Amino acid sequence: MSRLLTIKGLKIEGRSDETWNPIINGVDLELNKGEVLGLIGESGAGKSTIGLASMGYTRDGVRISDGTVEFDGIDLVKASAATKRSLLGKRIAYVAQSAAASFNPAHKLIDQHTEGPTQHNVAGRSESVQDGIELYRKLRLPNPDEIGFRYPHQVSGGQLQRAMTAMAMSCRPDLIIFDEPTTALDVTTQIEVLAAIREIVEEFDTAAIYITHDLAVVAQMADKIKVLLRGDEVEEADTRTMLSAPKEDYTKSLWAVREFQRPQQPSPPADATPVVSVRNITAAYGTTDVLHDVSFDIHAGRTVAVVGESGSGKSTTARCITGLLPPRMGEIAFDGKVLPADYRKRTKDQLRQAQMIYQMADTALNPRKTIGEIIGRPVQFYGGLTGAKRRERVNELLDQIELEPSQYYNRLPSELSGGQKQRVGIARALAADPKFIICDEVTSALDQLVAEGILRLLADLQDNLGLSYMFITHDLATVKSIADEVVVMKDGKVVEQGPKTEMFTPPHHAYTDLLLSSVPEMDPDWLSDLLKERGVDNIGDAAVDKM
Amino acid sequence: MFVVSIVIFVAVNLLPGDFAEAILGQGATPESVAKIRQDLGLDQPMVVRYFDWLVGMLTFDLGTSFAQLNFANFGGAGSVTVAEQIAPRLSNTMFLATVTACIAVPLAVTLGILAALYRNTAFDKAANMFTLSSISSPEFFMAYILILFLAVLNPIFPSLSNIFEGMPFSERLEKSMLPALTLTLVVTAHMMRMTRAAIINLLASPYIEMARLKGLSPMRVIVKHALPNALAPIINVIALNLAYLITGVVVVEVVFVYPGIGQLFVDSVKIRDIPVVQACCLIFAAAYILLNLTADILSIVSNPRLRHPK
Repeated sequence: MSRLLTIKGLKIEGRSDETWNPIINGVDLELNKGEVLGLIGESGAGKSTIGLASMGYTRDGVRISDGTVEFDGIDLVKASAATKRSLLGKRIAYVAQSAAASFNPAHKLIDQHTEGPTQHNVAGRSESVQDGIELYRKLRLPNPDEIGFRYPHQVSGGQLQRAMTAMAMSCRPDLIIFDEPTTALDVTTQIEVLAAIREIVEEFDTAAIYITHDLAVVAQMADKIKVLLRGDEVEEADTRTMLSAPKEDYTKSLWAVREFQRPQQPSPPADATPVVSVRNITAAYGTTDVLHDVSFDIHAGRTVAVVGESGSGKSTTARCITGLLPPRMGEIAFDGKVLPADYRKRTKDQLRQAQMIYQMADTALNPRKTIGEIIGRPVQFYGGLTGAKRRERVNELLDQIELEPSQYYNRLPSELSGGQKQRVGIARALAADPKFIICDEVTSALDQLVAEGILRLLADLQDNLGLSYMFITHDLATVKSIADEVVVMKDGKVVEQGPKTEMFTPPHHAYTDLLLSSVPEMDPDWLSDLLKERGVDNIGDAAVDKM
Repeated sequence: MFVVSIVIFVAVNLLPGDFAEAILGQGATPESVAKIRQDLGLDQPMVVRYFDWLVGMLTFDLGTSFAQLNFANFGGAGSVTVAEQIAPRLSNTMFLATVTACIAVPLAVTLGILAALYRNTAFDKAANMFTLSSISSPEFFMAYILILFLAVLNPIFPSLSNIFEGMPFSERLEKSMLPALTLTLVVTAHMMRMTRAAIINLLASPYIEMARLKGLSPMRVIVKHALPNALAPIINVIALNLAYLITGVVVVEVVFVYPGIGQLFVDSVKIRDIPVVQACCLIFAAAYILLNLTADILSIVSNPRLRHPK
């Protein structure tokens, strides 16, 4: 095999506060023709930076300070802008994380597709339009003859991601950088995109660097895997070795994350009154119904996971429970008593009982208030505590979320890490002394290790305080680790519900089965096996559409 | 427009003094003032006059100019309607505005694009300095500087723009070149800076990064990928400046003795010729509203999201 890309001693610095700080501290990388390398690591590990550097490109405020990036004998670090331009798009192509943001909203897909070939004099316009349609067909996009003539906003996220892969293929490059191409997608969409990418990369024998934080995904795509941690290489090995016998502790800890599993709580007695009871809720935005006859119960000290893809009505259900969106029909009962539909008509005590934790801790915390003020506000509002008593209660809450009060009381949210911010979000919910907390995708924006810490904290709090959780998530691994009961939603309807152990053992409802089977597993043969078993047209959204 | 018409009417009528006093000057006797007022209907209450005027406007009758009335023969053949008086002036102003826009808009957008392309270079800074200093100096100052350099020291263009009806187009163009250049200097800065800012604003977006990673030339990245998405703010600022070209050119017209609507407006205010003043105001307001409406429509047309719904 011949060498395509060699990176030696790559050091990259980023500018912040008027000084250059290291981002990558000397990474080596080698890639042969037709080989796929998986780059994995948590956020801030420098995966994307390395990916872009292997194209000789750095973002504003970032520079390559040392090392060489040699592509087919050309050092991209020293190469002129014109030399790099002649390679980019033609021999090295890029597939970005968010296709929706990376397609220009002002032009049709096919015009953006043909731009590469025509500008690089690879093919004429009509020729590359034909080729584009052919690629769309290979990537199994619906209506390949016609889809390219739409604007990006008229095409769904998963389809855009495939169109972007087609665009990267337009000049038949030697190397493609895939930068988290499926991270923003639902599982059933992800699996389709994965299958399409893998097939086309194999067909054209393209080398690729596949960047992701999801081990199971990289296991399907890569021939070899490199693990990164804060700008340093941890280890590299071929995929099977890496999965079965990781050497370094850090790698092992990444692998172990998925092992946290909380035993399912015993079922409540049949005559117990649920803490929250959602009864036949139908709700609408404007005149369109988005929830149809949704019912489920949440009992004391238990966690109910509400699972579904984007647009399935999970968060809308939460809005109905909190009273932000009064349902059109049906009612919400708390401890057996029916609550007013509109939160403005609920008493302070009724409001206190149900609290919420949000997905984006970044935006849910007021950036100008200190941690003490953020937590102190509900303490005062609901508990009526002021002065020293308020301070004491805030300290107690900080202890509960395992943040040292003396250190964190006066800090601002911007001085905290993502996981710490999410902990503050939890403390703020606890400050009201609620019985019931809605957790809306609370771990989705966090790295796996950090997310696991949050899940453990929530589980401990539940044991100590007897809380009930409604856990909204699209991630089935999270469900598996902490749920007692599962409610599966699709298109605003509950398709299946029951205890976790039942939900994870067959037979399932067809949709639940599809969801479960679409979650990538650590087995490198998983995707191939699944494709063999189901056939390429029976996975992902294509299968959903048939239901 | 209705609200605007009320505001204009009330504001104009609040002006101190009136036509009768102004025209009779020193020799005004209370009797003659009252006589003229009665003839002109100025003794009616304001509300009655407003509705008379409004009805006239709605039927495109802008009224009769006070100044041109033949008082001896009131209502007779000697009177000139406001419309007759304004029409040639308005067309002159429109001509000047069109000439200016034809120079200024392409110039500003091109400069903006180039400044965005070569941002933080000497060119960018020079363009910014030049346009900023031209907008910061008073218009008459710019006008006199241009007269000095282009008419006195190097007699390229005439310094007086006294155009009249029946003048051939090329001569008209030549005569109005200096005021047009002055106005260009005044309006270019806004449009150029907005173009530059709107484009630079987009340069951090993922699709621009994508375009760069496709190996496109910097010029193509900006013209093909950034500009179409920056059009909405640029169109809006162009519309505002075009409106300014119609309504705000009084000073420049006076300096170059250009017979436009701005001069007419000033003269009419001086002699309290209320119907003309009101008509001018209304035309200015209409121009503003019309241009902004056009800008909104163009912004929608330039946005494929609004043009092609899902």
